[in-house]
Amino acid sequence: MDSVGASVKLDLAQTTLRKVNHFLQHELGKEPAGTVEILNPAGAHNIAVGLDAPVDVHIRGHAGYYVAGMNKRATVTIHGNAGKGVAENIMSGVVRVKGDASDGTGASGQGGLLVVEGNAASRCGISMKGCDIVVGGNVGHVSGFMAQAGHLVVCGDAGAGLGDSLYEAVIYVRGRTHGLGADAREEPLTDADRATLAELLSAAGFDYDPGAFTRIGSARTLYHWNAEHREAYG
Amino acid sequence: MVKTGAREESFSFNRDVVAYINSAAERGVYDIRGMGAKRYLPTFDDLVFLTASMSRYPLEGYREKCETKTVLGTRSAKKPVELDTPITIAGMSFGALSAHAKESIGRAATAAGTSTTTGDGGMTLEERASSKTLVYQCLPSRYGFNPDDLRKADAIEVVIGQGAKPGGGGMLLGQKVSARVADMRTLPEGIDQRSACRHPDWTGPDDLAIKIHELRELTDWQVPIYVKIGASRVLNDVKLAVKSGADVVVLDGMQGGTAATQQVFIEHAGIPTLPALRQAVEALDEMDMIGTVQLVISGGIRTGSDVAKALAMGADAVALGQGVLIALGCNSACYTDVQGSEVDVTPDYEKLGTAPGYCHHCQSGQCPVGITTQDDELERRLVVEEGARRLGNYLSVLTLELVTLARACGKSKVHNLEREDLVALTVEAAAMAKRPLAGTDWIPGT
Repeated sequence: MDSVGASVKLDLAQTTLRKVNHFLQHELGKEPAGTVEILNPAGAHNIAVGLDAPVDVHIRGHAGYYVAGMNKRATVTIHGNAGKGVAENIMSGVVRVKGDASDGTGASGQGGLLVVEGNAASRCGISMKGCDIVVGGNVGHVSGFMAQAGHLVVCGDAGAGLGDSLYEAVIYVRGRTHGLGADAREEPLTDADRATLAELLSAAGFDYDPGAFTRIGSARTLYHWNAEHREAYG
Repeated sequence: MVKTGAREESFSFNRDVVAYINSAAERGVYDIRGMGAKRYLPTFDDLVFLTASMSRYPLEGYREKCETKTVLGTRSAKKPVELDTPITIAGMSFGALSAHAKESIGRAATAAGTSTTTGDGGMTLEERASSKTLVYQCLPSRYGFNPDDLRKADAIEVVIGQGAKPGGGGMLLGQKVSARVADMRTLPEGIDQRSACRHPDWTGPDDLAIKIHELRELTDWQVPIYVKIGASRVLNDVKLAVKSGADVVVLDGMQGGTAATQQVFIEHAGIPTLPALRQAVEALDEMDMIGTVQLVISGGIRTGSDVAKALAMGADAVALGQGVLIALGCNSACYTDVQGSEVDVTPDYEKLGTAPGYCHHCQSGQCPVGITTQDDELERRLVVEEGARRLGNYLSVLTLELVTLARACGKSKVHNLEREDLVALTVEAAAMAKRPLAGTDWIPGT
């Protein structure tokens, strides 16, 4: 472990993941803690999970599953690709993937911002509950599945089954959509949508025209099991 | 064929089947209901104990101690769960149950020295405050799931399935999605909530192993990780749960209850608790994991004899759901109000098209005794103190019955009960439990 001023370097080739996570979770304190660099991640799983401090963490290389899982307050940057479930259940803070992300990106995220500068695989934003996700490239099939709240911004194309069984989350797609899922529908882009998009694109560092996006929302036809016979369920 | 005078009723298309077809044809929807399977199934009643006599001697009932202490999660956790009894409370959500019910359960479990479990929808403050030992479920929906509550938990239970609907997702109809429930689950109030049947961020046992590792990293390796499965392909599923790193396997048999699911699921999916338990123990034995990974069995556990037989078959603990609800007053004709007076609610059952003793309308949110509801007026019918008193008594009786049988078998610890103490009363139970038919040495299929 190397410490220079407010900057700390943790080398996963030299120390265990357990020690790295323990340091990040318990030894940073709750006040602004400067910068932490994690070297030689080599695709390790579960790096920097459960952070709860306003710290800036840079992972210098590819990370495996669940990197920055359940993040609170921290800013985590993965200077490489990320495996399945990056920033799953993110609560707050910012997680940025400089490369591509595997499936389940931001799954069930409740708050904060997740940026994937490359592409994200299938089920991006699945079950999201209030976080914002901005993907610079394409997203795979069934992205936004059962997404409950928050925004999924796709600057490239979206795979089939986009927004299947969508609740109240909103999806914006700049490129082509290869088919919508059950209960998802295209909706008019409003001024409020443009403002939201402008804010999210700016935060994510993308310079796209908000007016070039298509809005996908829920048709809400699945909100009641069968409206005609609803009384029968009582 | 059933013949009544000149009339002949079809066995295949009897009056029940005709009513089902007519209902389906008229309404175009399937039936959704609560509770568990109502059809006949082999149960622990089909086994009996060979208690002590000449060949071994019993313990004195009131003088010689019979230990009930139970420890779960010894494989990897720094702080395994330590309980005074092997009888635990299964996961039931706030949403499916009222806040009064959840608090009653927490208080009774704490008094009994056992654990209770959250459910789909997250952890409430009342539940955490009232429960000394609380198991926090990680479900496919992840409703209300967050790192702060995760770190308040005494154990974590990754739910893959449940016995009432193995392979199915959760369901909470709009009548029960109150403002508070909706807020906890980040859903619009009053909608029919659908839950996914698969987790959002892992698929298969190799992924689950990494997920479990993440949960351990998140909680500093302090608390045990349980994996709950519905009983279907038990031998393989238990082995995969163990391979994935589970400290405790929770196996829920076909008789397990639910707050709401399709009737076709409840009665036609999964296998009964009795054979499921035997297969789970065999799986642990084949992996040389008995004593390392603990096994909790649930699904239709009702009495102290059920508990004793489950332990003898190889379970380390049991989990109760429907029995808990009944102890709180489920299916009673009356509730006891704050003044201690009994109030007859039979007419409220009639409004649901049922009667005390027959009700399974948890899905409706109109529970006449205030247990499975989010309606303020109905909820008040369950007085927390009274619910906790009744449930505490029930848990106490189960433990007393358990030690009664264990002492009679000559055991100074309930966990010393063993398969050799049991024989079967029916051929099917003998085959499923792999215990000899009483009075013989015959085990069908061996």
